Amino acid sequence: MMNRRKVIKALATGGALIGASVLMPGLALAGWNKEAFGSENQGMAMKSLLGAEPAASADVSLKAPSIAENGAVVPVTVKTAVANVESISIFVEGNPTPLVAEFMIPAGTKAEVSTRIRMGKTSNITAVVKADGQLLSASQETKVTIGGCGG
Amino acid sequence: MAGIMKVKAKSKKEMTSVKLMAKHIMESGQRKDKKTGEAIPAMFLQGITVQHGGKTVFEANLGTAVSKNPYLAFTFAGGAKGEELTINWVESTGKTGSETAAIK
Repeated sequence: MMNRRKVIKALATGGALIGASVLMPGLALAGWNKEAFGSENQGMAMKSLLGAEPAASADVSLKAPSIAENGAVVPVTVKTAVANVESISIFVEGNPTPLVAEFMIPAGTKAEVSTRIRMGKTSNITAVVKADGQLLSASQETKVTIGGCGG
Repeated sequence: MAGIMKVKAKSKKEMTSVKLMAKHIMESGQRKDKKTGEAIPAMFLQGITVQHGGKTVFEANLGTAVSKNPYLAFTFAGGAKGEELTINWVESTGKTGSETAAIK
């Protein structure tokens, strides 16, 4: 079902890159932005995923604990009342790779997403909403007492 | 094949709320093997797509910082009791899967 043709096409066009991508061999998924997910800098990750850095907005609501006992599982909910939302993405500035996840919101789906993320250390969480070509964000600091990235 | 997706989808007032948990270790590539000291290679779910009646209602691109056994919750317009959702996933290794779940 996952559209074999699309996968093969992505493999063919990305063929030259496969050899270089030892760390992340997952070129098969067309929508997965390898550069953004691999970027170690939040600003760079935002630029390569969204094209620009977002502006803080009160229209975006980010719900996350202010203190997380366990950085391996930090519950996060992002929602917004803005119309025509295209995507919601979550960044954690202090993580080795700040981009956590990107969610596509097709028309008809509510602009509200909950998930659980990992945080290596105390850091800002930023949610970015892309709507009508605009980039809106909300940030919050979450203190982590036990990191979730190491072994 | 036994599925990795646990899905609770509930229809209410012409909206369907979906709670989804994937059973997956989400190996980040940051951890080290305690015995050998070598890094354990990353292996994680990269993409999850949920379709209803042929239409994509949700699509997630995940990185390594998503917790083990990824949890996602979202709501979409439409969907009725007894209808089916199709969930497709892609792992960073290229492995894919497709599963279905009924709306309650």
